[in-house]
Amino acid sequence: MKNQIPVSHIAQLANIPITKDEELRLESAFEETLTVVEKLQSIDVQDVEPTFQVTGLENVMREDIVDEKRMFSQEQALANARAQHDGFFVVPQVISQD
Amino acid sequence: MLNTLTLSQVLKKLKNKEISHKELFADLGAATAAQNKKLNVFLTMNENAEIEAETALGKTLMGVPLAVKDNFCTQGIRTTASSTVLDTFIPPYDSTVSRKLKEAGAVIQGKTNMDAWAHGSSTETSQYGRTLNPRNPEYLPGGSSGGSAAAVAADMSIAAIGSETAGSIRQPSAWCGTVGLKPTYGRVSRYGVVAMASSTDSPGPITKTVEDATIVLNHIAGHDEYDATSSQTPIDNYTAALDQSIAGLKVGVIYMDIPGLAEVKSLFESQLKVFEELGAHVEYANAMDPNHAVGAYTVVQRAEVSSNLGRFTGVRYGEDRSYFGDEAKRRIMLGTYILSKGYSDQYYVMAQKVRTLFLQDFVQLFQKYDVLISLTSPGFAKKVGASEASAMFGELEDMLVEPSSITGLPGMNVPCYRDPKTNLYLGMNIMAPMWHESKMISVADAFEKHTNWNPWRNAEQK
Repeated sequence: MKNQIPVSHIAQLANIPITKDEELRLESAFEETLTVVEKLQSIDVQDVEPTFQVTGLENVMREDIVDEKRMFSQEQALANARAQHDGFFVVPQVISQD
Repeated sequence: MLNTLTLSQVLKKLKNKEISHKELFADLGAATAAQNKKLNVFLTMNENAEIEAETALGKTLMGVPLAVKDNFCTQGIRTTASSTVLDTFIPPYDSTVSRKLKEAGAVIQGKTNMDAWAHGSSTETSQYGRTLNPRNPEYLPGGSSGGSAAAVAADMSIAAIGSETAGSIRQPSAWCGTVGLKPTYGRVSRYGVVAMASSTDSPGPITKTVEDATIVLNHIAGHDEYDATSSQTPIDNYTAALDQSIAGLKVGVIYMDIPGLAEVKSLFESQLKVFEELGAHVEYANAMDPNHAVGAYTVVQRAEVSSNLGRFTGVRYGEDRSYFGDEAKRRIMLGTYILSKGYSDQYYVMAQKVRTLFLQDFVQLFQKYDVLISLTSPGFAKKVGASEASAMFGELEDMLVEPSSITGLPGMNVPCYRDPKTNLYLGMNIMAPMWHESKMISVADAFEKHTNWNPWRNAEQK
């Protein structure tokens, strides 16, 4: 069974702006990749547990304390921002004005 | 020509005051000036490297400059991961790997080109142009750590740091004729490395000799409180694994029956007698089909990429998401699809179950064999432009190292043949059980010293 891949919807979910031309190219690239991936369906994985992480470590916690060695000054934190205002990051507007 | 020395030679000569930093930096600088424009190895140089080196003479690594892949955050030095999204990003902190190396007395020579975000096996997805293979510039260096392997192969660097998610240290090392060591997942901290697939990312050395790889690994391995997936398992003195007898060791040879190996199969097989001469037992072994690892790895990798690259919003640092290149867009979006409602069981969970099967397969194999060996890459380096033909180029080139990557095993590449016509190398991939880097190092070192394929050892003997 071949899935129809909703490329423009995925682009929206992934927040990636794409052109119509890219949409077509991406669709065929996805098909090529999924054809390889679909071959996994031939493997019998009944009663097999998934492995998400290989080292076997579980629930690694740290003390809930401030690590001052890793703190940035406000200046450092803002140094790479494209836009800042009064010591804050400027973010894109997400709420419409009206 | 001090740039052609190995790390171990440089350290010895600096210690004995046979050479000075001034001479070393002059030769490295000349080699870089002569080749970087053509090969496109370094994206950024550390202009202060020589000054920093002077203050490090009393430390173990004595101010030796190392090339560092451009996905390691380096405090005060631009870090792009070869993507224009991070074109102007200057990290305010160091990755654990670069911090540890600096503390041991190394200095950062510069930042090397790579596939953008480490997505690829050619360096052709770099948004700053591809790197060329120094052994023969009509060919690709492999990737994603192609710049680091090329820096070493071109003698522009004494040694380099790369990172591997599935092949990105070993495959460019195979194509460039260098030694590349991918440690066990969790052996070397991922903190401060631009994340690709968090469940397999493993930083490691790319060097001229096996000995050099152990020197670097000794300094970067170990638990890190800033990376919760790094392991508390004790580390070895990896240099102590050199010059060990491998007599009686059981070596399993895998992946020889996959289609498409053609001529390289017999070239590789002709090297197996070396292990027998050294007293090891060599046997062909049946392993799970690496084709299945391609599918499983592709799913896991795309899924983790889509999650990891979600943070690049262009607000706190970097440019916005319209700056992603084609390959990053493909991977982020396919990962988004794979993890989306209705498909995550079909793809993601399925892939993680196949991963379990590979783990079980390796457990069985390592009950019988001390180490496993295979070709690193199914062939020689590919020609410039080759990656553009297929969205799956990288995964297919990395097929033989993907099973050991998704299972977190350590593996290393050593050169095992040179084609006299093209000057291109073949690489041997040596794999060991988790946390047993020392075992594969002993085998790699014995092979390197018993053959003439390592160009730097070869020069030493002349």
